[in-house]
Amino acid sequence: MAKTSEDLRSPLSRARGLGSAKDGVHHFWVQRVSALALIPLALWFAFSIAMLATGPADYFSVRHWVSAPSVAVVLVLFLGTALYHSVLGLQEVIVDYTGGSMRLTLLLLSKLLHAVVAAAAIFAVLKIALA
Amino acid sequence: MSTKTPPQSRPLSPFMLGQYYRFQWSSLLSIIHRVTGVGLTLGSVLVALWLIALAGGPSWYTPVAGLLHSWFVQLLLAAWTWALMYHLCNGIRHLFWDIGRGFELKTARASGYVMVASSFILTVLVWAVACVA
Repeated sequence: MAKTSEDLRSPLSRARGLGSAKDGVHHFWVQRVSALALIPLALWFAFSIAMLATGPADYFSVRHWVSAPSVAVVLVLFLGTALYHSVLGLQEVIVDYTGGSMRLTLLLLSKLLHAVVAAAAIFAVLKIALA
Repeated sequence: MSTKTPPQSRPLSPFMLGQYYRFQWSSLLSIIHRVTGVGLTLGSVLVALWLIALAGGPSWYTPVAGLLHSWFVQLLLAAWTWALMYHLCNGIRHLFWDIGRGFELKTARASGYVMVASSFILTVLVWAVACVA
């Protein structure tokens, strides 16, 4: 094959760039791993919210609950895992139903919002627990 | 080279319903899995706002605490619990499919019924135990 001035790479180099990126199953796999981790975490969180909502939900009792080290740690684990699982799931939904520039816009927006929500929620828990 | 169809002219999945697919119990459950998933994403924003208000101090949290006992938020919490339990139960069903189990039509239909029943039972159980405890 004659080399053109636009492409100075060797044929081998070009062929290497055409292969798979070897991360095809990564999304599938981490979605399942986070799902597995969320089974106990989500059950715990749902039960905790129900306990708080049926009990005294005033400022001091809820703050007291969050500030317990075991609760704060599990809460951070839940928030991180749930929002990670959420960003993966929403990505799948966006990719399924949209195309073109709308797809890219929504994907970027979703990732930005998830990052902001995760950072703010985890920071709030740490601020209470470390106060 | 094959002729390329412009991406915008190809039908995307929601438009397949009704026109090309007949109604199926399993596809309905799959759609609800997605709807609850997106709903739970929105719910996580509310959870974050609740925690931010809590970290902000009593002046931020007191109006939120008042809302928590309103019938609207109580109803929202009940719906949220069910959505979470549905997504959790159906998620476990999906994990079994992922390891290649329960794919037979009869089994898939039966596990669907069990899953829907479990989601309601778990929702009631969570709130009943919370009320008693």
